[in-house]
Amino acid sequence: MAVQADREGRQPVPDDAPVDDAHRITQRVAPARRDPRVGGAGGENTPRPTLRRRRSSRVVAGVAGGLADHLKVDVLWVRVVITLLAGVDGLGVVLYAALWALVPQRPVDVPEAVNSRQRTQALGLVVLGFGLVVATTSFGSGWSGRLFFPASVGLIGAFLVWREADETQRRRWAQGARTGVAEVFIGNGGRGAVVRSLTGAGLVLTGIIVLLANSLSLARLQFALLSVIVTLVGAAVLTLPWWLRLVRDLDEERRVRIRTEERAEIAAHLHDSVLQTLALIQKQAENDKEVRRLARSQERQLRTWLYGATGYGGSSRASAEPDAEASPSAGEPASARTLAALISEVCGEVEDTFAIKVQQVVVGDCEVDDRVLAAVWAAREAMVNAAKHAEVGEVSVFVEVEPAQVELFVRDRGKGFDTSTVPGDRHGLADSIHGRMERHGGTVRLRTAPGEGTEVALRLPRTADKR
Amino acid sequence: MNNTEDTAAQARPVRVFLVDDHALFRTGAKAELTNATGVIEVIGEAGSVGEAVAGIGHFQPDVVLLDVHMPDGGGAEVLRRVRKSHPDVVFLALSVSDAAEDVIAVIRAGARGYVTKTISARELVDAVVRVHHGDAVFSPRLAGFVLDAFADRPGAAPINDPELDLLTPRERDVLRLLARGYAYKEIAAELFISVKTVETHVSSVLRKTQLSNRYELSRWATDRRLI
Repeated sequence: MAVQADREGRQPVPDDAPVDDAHRITQRVAPARRDPRVGGAGGENTPRPTLRRRRSSRVVAGVAGGLADHLKVDVLWVRVVITLLAGVDGLGVVLYAALWALVPQRPVDVPEAVNSRQRTQALGLVVLGFGLVVATTSFGSGWSGRLFFPASVGLIGAFLVWREADETQRRRWAQGARTGVAEVFIGNGGRGAVVRSLTGAGLVLTGIIVLLANSLSLARLQFALLSVIVTLVGAAVLTLPWWLRLVRDLDEERRVRIRTEERAEIAAHLHDSVLQTLALIQKQAENDKEVRRLARSQERQLRTWLYGATGYGGSSRASAEPDAEASPSAGEPASARTLAALISEVCGEVEDTFAIKVQQVVVGDCEVDDRVLAAVWAAREAMVNAAKHAEVGEVSVFVEVEPAQVELFVRDRGKGFDTSTVPGDRHGLADSIHGRMERHGGTVRLRTAPGEGTEVALRLPRTADKR
Repeated sequence: MNNTEDTAAQARPVRVFLVDDHALFRTGAKAELTNATGVIEVIGEAGSVGEAVAGIGHFQPDVVLLDVHMPDGGGAEVLRRVRKSHPDVVFLALSVSDAAEDVIAVIRAGARGYVTKTISARELVDAVVRVHHGDAVFSPRLAGFVLDAFADRPGAAPINDPELDLLTPRERDVLRLLARGYAYKEIAAELFISVKTVETHVSSVLRKTQLSNRYELSRWATDRRLI
């Protein structure tokens, strides 16, 4: 655990990455810049890579490779030395394990060449080392002889667990995912990772128990086991508050980070939208119409973001929607899939184009199909007419969706007109509104008189034959 | 709108108390309302729920212009804490919010009406005077919200439950016309009834909204999310 914490501590890449980066450069051009962490051990003028275990082209854990890179010698020599040391009472193995535990791995983004010849050599050396250890321990009469079997079982177990932890860490690096305490060992590796970790742990325990059983009598073994268990339990109980605090701190830290990210997102959004618009408004302060248009479109955007279905406050609403496909047809604003969303989009368009205010009220909602779309376009034409001819600053749109029908009302308090005086060459009302609605089985009611304003009422039965 | 003339003739101006957590908006609203000299007098303002409760208790205003969105519970919380002890004070919700849940909550808590912040100064003065005289003030948007709340939508609770308060067809008509942006006078002409009757219908809709035990009204927000 301590080892993991240590690695975690060094994990934040801003620390690691620039260093490695610098080294990639220094190796090629050898400028004066040096890593202070490496300086003392090496020569005065030869900067060398920080000691990092290799990530690719490794056989066990990349220790030998990392060491070779650090010492600037061929990896083969390092491996030979470790193998030979393994013959001396397993010293090489211990050394290797210690380096594995203490030296962090390289970050993922450092490219490494894979060398298959070296790999074969290394595998051969691992077997050779294993044979050496067996030979020395079985021929030698020292304490290492008795140690060999349990120690190797324990080591294999430790190897499994550590390797799993390494894999986990690698995966985490690759995904940049946040993980909790338990996931340091288990990670996202799934069942395989759990099985490997548990097997490893079991092997370690077996090794320890066999070791104890070999060297101690049964009664003493029981006593030893008991005392170990009691000690462990005692330690766990004593450090319980510490563990709890650790978990709590982790949670707290994560929450703070999420909140900070959220805040940053909000700040970014406000900057992109409101602040920019306010700046524009200040510049255009003399242009009355433009200021109003900007303010309106900004208000609409912000509203959608705050309260809209897909917006900041309403994401749950959006996700709860069934994913029925609205049949898309040519030329429509493709993003809106429900009538309410489509209406507000269309109203917004008219607001922006004609610099008037369109107040929309929508009751109920439904999916948009071809017929509803036609009605919306008819309503849009009515809005455009009002904006063009009524000479008012505001148009009211009311849409009600009922089980049997959809009704749309577009109303202004403008100057109105006499329907009998409309010249025959005007197509807006005839084609775009009457024609559209009739083709889809709807009806249009027009109420207007000079000075009375205009209201266009569109009615569309929902259950009428669709073909 | 129709009764601005007769109220302007009255001697005592309507004493208004402003509650909004944005000082800038309070200043603006105050300036606009003060222009209506003789009709409206702004006697105080508050920027938080606590200040509002204390201020309303101290000033005893006629009308409180109440922001819907505020920290510490917003307008609904103010109503909850003041309503019982000061039954004579009338509340008018004033909001920039599009979240129907918030608005309906304030109306259900006892506000006499709801207008949006984009309302013009003249209309706002008119609305204040109207609620002061006991009328309910419905913006088209609020009418839409209430219609939606009472709507007979698939998935909602069965409508023919005798215990439930329902809107009469006439009230529904009035509400629809309100939502379409009609003024009281126009509604009266459209439905061949008197303006007084329209006012009665609107007040009764408001009362039903406030008293309604239709559970989908109280759980409206949840319902909406499930659509």
